[in-house]
Amino acid sequence: MKLGTDHLTIQYSGAARPALDGVTLSIPAGCLTAVLGPNGSGKSTLLRALLGASRPSTGTATLGDRDVRAWDRRELAQTVGVVSQSETIAFPITVREMVAMGRFPHLGPLRAEGWRDREAVDKALERCDIGDLRNRQVTTLSGGEFQRVRIARALAQEPRALVLDEPTASLDLRHEMSILGLLRDWTDDGMTVLLITHQLNLAARFADRMILLDGGHVAAEGTPSEVFRREILERVYDWPVRVDEDPVTGSLRVVPLS
Amino acid sequence: MTRSRTTAAALILAVAAAVFIAVRFGSVALSTGDVLDALKGRGDPVKRDIVVGLRLPRALLGVLVGGGLAMAGATFQALLRNPLAEPYILGISGGAAAAAVTVLALGLVSAGSWVLPAAAFGGALLAILLVFRVASAADRSLDVRVLLLAGVVVGAFFSAMIALWFALSEASTVRNAVLWMMGSLAGADWRVVVTAAAYTLPAGIALIALARPLDLLAIGEDTATYLGANVEQVKRLAFGMASLITAAGVAMAGVIGFVGLIVPHAVRLVVGSGHRALLPLSFLAGSAFLVLADVVARLVIAPSEIPIGVVTAFAGVPLFLVLLRASLR
Repeated sequence: MKLGTDHLTIQYSGAARPALDGVTLSIPAGCLTAVLGPNGSGKSTLLRALLGASRPSTGTATLGDRDVRAWDRRELAQTVGVVSQSETIAFPITVREMVAMGRFPHLGPLRAEGWRDREAVDKALERCDIGDLRNRQVTTLSGGEFQRVRIARALAQEPRALVLDEPTASLDLRHEMSILGLLRDWTDDGMTVLLITHQLNLAARFADRMILLDGGHVAAEGTPSEVFRREILERVYDWPVRVDEDPVTGSLRVVPLS
Repeated sequence: MTRSRTTAAALILAVAAAVFIAVRFGSVALSTGDVLDALKGRGDPVKRDIVVGLRLPRALLGVLVGGGLAMAGATFQALLRNPLAEPYILGISGGAAAAAVTVLALGLVSAGSWVLPAAAFGGALLAILLVFRVASAADRSLDVRVLLLAGVVVGAFFSAMIALWFALSEASTVRNAVLWMMGSLAGADWRVVVTAAAYTLPAGIALIALARPLDLLAIGEDTATYLGANVEQVKRLAFGMASLITAAGVAMAGVIGFVGLIVPHAVRLVVGSGHRALLPLSFLAGSAFLVLADVVARLVIAPSEIPIGVVTAFAGVPLFLVLLRASLR
């Protein structure tokens, strides 16, 4: 399921400059695409626009071949699963219940869960390796476990695309690597994955394509080797860097200099 | 789900038992045989009047008001994503009480028994509309943070109005107003029961139909949107229906505190936060609780009564603390 934008501008009221300024880009189906850029460069705004959650000032965001804002919300949720930056849980809820919420787009408000739904939930729990936690209260989980629950909920939607906003931001090395590994596996199975992250080197290692945003513009777009150029990165991040190849993984890496 | 079913069966029995106790016991002593005879339309006409004309409608009003408040409380807690929310948090009780105190102070209640509930209902609706208008002014979407703030502020305004009437009124009027505000089911007759049911039952069914979207909303609006819920519509409907139930309850029985705050939490401790179980079970638990509270309110200093709000707090606080401790083990 491809996504894209066409001359998309989003201006928040009261802001001096647009959060996104005439952005045209395409996110191909079946790839893991990483969205990078400094704080305030427009990453989360792009994500919200691609999900039809914010109204463009001009231009359009498209999902498949249609304007995303023309999609019915439930139909959209059957197609794209989202893991937003954070959620706070105010009431007691078990892991199983939270993951089962991913079936809402298929069930709607009234239909009861059927075997098809239970199977999707079980499969999502299993793929995120949290089957043992199913009866635990969500509030008793560690940060890494909670993120897996949220990703499992998105998988239970049985979407064709996954959009994740810094899913590994507060996780330790092991949890971060295992989540990125899962995303890579699912992409290889045909899922379209869009990942917002600050981890340049891990993005270069796991992503097929990258979009580098800077002040609401696309500074670079393409494969990691097309985007990871010293002069581009230094300009966007306003810091001296060296780009070389990691001798162990063989992927490109950025080393900030002092 | 089996746990919900067991709990539902237990609560249905509890409601039935509570209604029976409420009809059986009171300042006039009746035997179970008297009650059964009266329900069949036989026996002493005075006893029949007490059972069918007074105690039964009063118990049924308790079922409707207690259940309605508990369900509205659960809904407001999800809508505002705030465990401290209760049915009166958005100023509904303030609007109702201000209107009720106004008609009491002006002596308008002598026009008929319908005046006080009608005024309270009107005041409640006024508060609801005010709060809704303020919270949905910007961008046509309903901002729940503004909703909460507007509710508290509107409530404060009505409180000031009540205080002003108190300052201007005689002591007996103030006493009547305070007693009304503490809640009572004494105004029950069959017409009141039918009116309360006409508001509470359809709105309650609408809320149960919204149960799954409310589950999503309780997690967060963004999440609910991304999972395919029509968030604005759900918020409006939930706010409207829960407010209507609360307004009807306040109009018929005054401001009965505590039921709407505590019952949903107690039910959550047993069956979790899924609203498909939480809402109907809260209704049943709230019903049983309020009917029994009313029995206590009638019997403690019989033949006089104490305000039912006093009983709900005195009985509910220890009960809730016990449940809370049990859940922490």
